[in-house]
Amino acid sequence: MTTPPTHSGRRLGRTTTRRAAEAVVRAIIYLCGWMAIIILAAIAVFLMWNSFRAVNEAGLFTMLSGTAWYPTSSPGKFGMLPLIVGSLFVTGVALAVCVPVGVAAAVFISEFSGRLVKEVMKSIIEFMAAVPSVVYGLIGVAVLIPFVKDAFSLTSGMTAVTGGIVLGIMSIPTVISISEDALHAVPEELRQGSAALGNTRWQTTFKVTLPAASSGIFAAVMLGLGRAIGETMAVLMLTGNAAVMPASVFESVRTMTGTIAAEMGEVVQGGLHYSVLFAVGLVLFTITFGINLVADLVLERQRKRWRR
Amino acid sequence: MVSTLLVTGDGALSYDAGSVTLPRTVAQEGAASKAADLQGSFSLADVSVAYGRDRVIEGVSMYVPPRSVTALIGPSGCGKSTLLRCLNRMNDELGNVHVGGTITLDGADIMGRAMDPVELRMRVGQVFQRPNPFPMTIWDNVAYGPRTQGIRKRSELDELVEESLKGAALWAEVKNNLKKHAFELSGGQQQRLCIARALATKPEVILMDEPASALDPISTQQIEDTIAQLKDSVTIVIVTHNMQQAARISDQTAFMLRESLDEPAHLVEMDETRKMFTNPDDARTESYITGRFG
Repeated sequence: MTTPPTHSGRRLGRTTTRRAAEAVVRAIIYLCGWMAIIILAAIAVFLMWNSFRAVNEAGLFTMLSGTAWYPTSSPGKFGMLPLIVGSLFVTGVALAVCVPVGVAAAVFISEFSGRLVKEVMKSIIEFMAAVPSVVYGLIGVAVLIPFVKDAFSLTSGMTAVTGGIVLGIMSIPTVISISEDALHAVPEELRQGSAALGNTRWQTTFKVTLPAASSGIFAAVMLGLGRAIGETMAVLMLTGNAAVMPASVFESVRTMTGTIAAEMGEVVQGGLHYSVLFAVGLVLFTITFGINLVADLVLERQRKRWRR
Repeated sequence: MVSTLLVTGDGALSYDAGSVTLPRTVAQEGAASKAADLQGSFSLADVSVAYGRDRVIEGVSMYVPPRSVTALIGPSGCGKSTLLRCLNRMNDELGNVHVGGTITLDGADIMGRAMDPVELRMRVGQVFQRPNPFPMTIWDNVAYGPRTQGIRKRSELDELVEESLKGAALWAEVKNNLKKHAFELSGGQQQRLCIARALATKPEVILMDEPASALDPISTQQIEDTIAQLKDSVTIVIVTHNMQQAARISDQTAFMLRESLDEPAHLVEMDETRKMFTNPDDARTESYITGRFG
């Protein structure tokens, strides 16, 4: 069942089935490529759809600016601000932990370690990223909660700091590996040029390599932040889960993620509280989406810069 | 920066070109008398380089007179660049490289413990094969080295930047755009910026590793003109694959050769460029220069 030869004569052997198969394969690949975007859009629509009732009845602005979160009183109060602030506090502490440690580790791995050390460190860091968050939570409960209680002489060790420290440790692998990639992408010629001008390794690292990799490191921090803000299990176990406005990071907080996870099991399907939890999810989704978008734009800018 | 005075009464290492078996050069005799007031002369005695177990250079002895252009020529893989990197100890950066023999800069041993490689590199600048400006403005690129040396005063830096850019024949093109990002310059301009950057630390010597090989003919011409201007104030050692370039710009030429992969490269001949290109002593030099191999 050969097709008639075309004018060039090159397609002599191509059968219609083959051509059809190619079209099908192409369509599948095309679809898979679009799938990521479709899923993302579907999530956004789904969240918006389900939080429609909350926006309608409780009011978007009232929820975002309200400081009282009493979802089960009647009428329920759905002020999300304590949750948003709780998430920000925990994330802020996490960043304070993971950025210095992560960037310093990346600098060591990329600029100062030998090949063997580099390989070993990289695989250990990958392994660190593979530890389930609940395990980090367990260690936090056993070690960090009593430690924080004693160290800061608090009545309870379950605070934003406790959750933030563990989250920071969990985010370190992300920060290290992406910062390391960014440092690695800095052309060797720049380091050589700096060394040839009489700079030590340290001077070269601080004055040339780090600035050259700065946008990549920024992206690493943003992705680490995205990981920290979206994490649920460890914070649920460590922050004390008090949904009140915290005055400092040494108080118990409730994060957005923790709230959704803790309350979703007890709500009436389709009820107002149910819808409000979706609204919380929508806020969270918007924040993480924004963070990732910024990180991507920054990375793309860096790529363009080196292509010149 | 006063440099050679740092080396104290270490008589064995002080400058004594006569005790080293050097290739006969006419320039050397003329230079020796001027050596007192001119800085930036290298003496190499029996220099060898090994990467791990692989001996790549052996038994290179030469004298590089101050305030002149010395070209290193030879086929690919003959160790020219490796030898060049010995002169500012950039081989140290590669690790697993062993350099033997003696290299002195104005009489001071540069391989001993007394010499800090970081300090050496402020005196011996380098321009690389591919332009490697830092990702910052033109001004910041040139001021980079002086700042490392601790110069903080803005006016002083401005002066150095202007002087260095003039030295590299780039000033006229960029004087109104010193805040422009270095990556916006053309390849040839970037390379001259790298020369300016090297000049800014006031080195006695500038090493150039095929500085024009990645450039078009017009940019190459500009680099060569720059080199011709510079040699009154700084010693230049240049590695080049381009025979005509060596003939045009250098005062003396050293021809290196690795005769087979089993043996390390060595210095075949070094002499005044005019003699090397018209009437070399060694038959291999003549074959290489006339294009019979390499």
